[in-house]
Amino acid sequence: MADHEVLTPVPGTFYRRPDPDSDPFKNEGDSVEAGETIGLVEIMKNFQPVEAEVGGTLARFLVETDDTVAAGQPVAVVDDGA
Amino acid sequence: MKRVLVANRGEIAVRIIRAAHDLGLEVVAVYSEADGAAPHVRMADEAVAIGPPPAGKSYLDMTAIVEAAHGSGAEAVHPGYGFLSERADFASTVEGADLRYVGPKPEHIALMGDKARARAAAEDVGVPTIPGSDGAVEDADEAAEVAGEIGYPVALKAAGGGGGRGIRIVHDEATLHSQYKTAAREAAGAFDDARVYVERFITAARHVEVQVLGDGERAIHLHERECSLQRRRQKVVEESPAPKLAEATRTGLLDAAIALCAEIGYRSAGTVEFLVDASSGEFFFIEMNTRIQVEHPVTEVITGVDLIAEQLRIAGGEPLRLRQEDVAPRGCAIELRINAEDPANNFMPSPGSLDHVVLPAGPWVRMDTWMEPGGEVPPFYDSLLGKLIVWGPDRGSALARARRALGELEVEGVKTTKPLLATLLAEDWFAEGEFNTGTLETWLEETTNGSARG
Repeated sequence: MADHEVLTPVPGTFYRRPDPDSDPFKNEGDSVEAGETIGLVEIMKNFQPVEAEVGGTLARFLVETDDTVAAGQPVAVVDDGA
Repeated sequence: MKRVLVANRGEIAVRIIRAAHDLGLEVVAVYSEADGAAPHVRMADEAVAIGPPPAGKSYLDMTAIVEAAHGSGAEAVHPGYGFLSERADFASTVEGADLRYVGPKPEHIALMGDKARARAAAEDVGVPTIPGSDGAVEDADEAAEVAGEIGYPVALKAAGGGGGRGIRIVHDEATLHSQYKTAAREAAGAFDDARVYVERFITAARHVEVQVLGDGERAIHLHERECSLQRRRQKVVEESPAPKLAEATRTGLLDAAIALCAEIGYRSAGTVEFLVDASSGEFFFIEMNTRIQVEHPVTEVITGVDLIAEQLRIAGGEPLRLRQEDVAPRGCAIELRINAEDPANNFMPSPGSLDHVVLPAGPWVRMDTWMEPGGEVPPFYDSLLGKLIVWGPDRGSALARARRALGELEVEGVKTTKPLLATLLAEDWFAEGEFNTGTLETWLEETTNGSARG
């Protein structure tokens, strides 16, 4: 079991859903593939995807929708199962 | 009226504070937790914290803003642009709270915010709109019939779409039927609404807009601005007067803007936007923006009228001081928007600390900005750092001055659009005024591909 932190490349406001009417990209316990989007960060009216670098299970989110995040801040933890 | 609250941030908050101080008014600023050290907070006579950084919890919080106005003794609220500036419910909330709204009447914000009603209002006073079907068409046959009447090329547009999405261009009747099916299917998929309407497609269009001022009784225009250079529907460079505009077209659209404002009894500053067919000189109403606009200084520089001060005077209950014949434009003004974006990296937003800032100055150079050395550009709001506005007695000298002034601008700590603007100012087609609403994006694709090939 190895935990990997998913970092947001940009600062801004974090969202777990692609838009307010849709389901979250991922829930805790869901499987995740490398490169898959797990959230969005709104930066200056643009939306930048936050992608998992490794595949596995999304163990937990470290921030929630509407939280403000700094560049490089961990937003979630993925367990690669190894 | 002695005290006005500015419900905005960034360069427009600074701009409004200056106009209010010039008139001897006191100013109340509002700010989010991200903006505590911002210049607008320091420049105001009083500043009220209204919430956390995300705009939804601060600059868009109507209750917090009205409470800030009441708590600070402000008698009026200026919304600036963006944020709450085109919300009829905000204007009526402000007026319902015994405050003056520095802007249009709420019913006019609502009228112009509804595209179909705005179009009907324009048609009522004989202002041309883009020829097309009366609402959505029933089927491909009706679309073909309408297209035959208005002439090809036509655009098939999703009735539920917007912002340029869901548009298909059709050049002849042979392809209309198949394109109609695709358009309807795409519209249903993208907007959950299969309805399609037909509109004439203008191959080479220029975006020309008219600045207006009204006091609810009388309205005047302050001439036009040319804003065709856009990327993703965001204006990049604006100027006045519009180059390559036939005198009959210019007169026609200035008169049309006044007719519309006079008919509805428009109050405050506003902008009536038109598309001009570059080949025929025909012009068509697109929409009216019921607020002050980013590019308003272009008009101020050629007319000598302080539009924000006029807005404040009108909100204070004064009648419009200017007659149409008092507005005499002189020379040429050009505005360049400086954004915290990296043009070399697909315009990636670039927040951060302003380690080093040198602003351009000198004769006929105006820099509307909130940038200062040591300033912080937060990631939560739009990327506009400032606007460089220059004047010259003619377009050639204004362009030369724009190049000189842009060269003086130094910003370190965040990426800016300065290099892109410098390249643009060196282009012959720009110097000759030969462009339309599609030119900038095509040029960006070509220059980006060119530099990638290196």
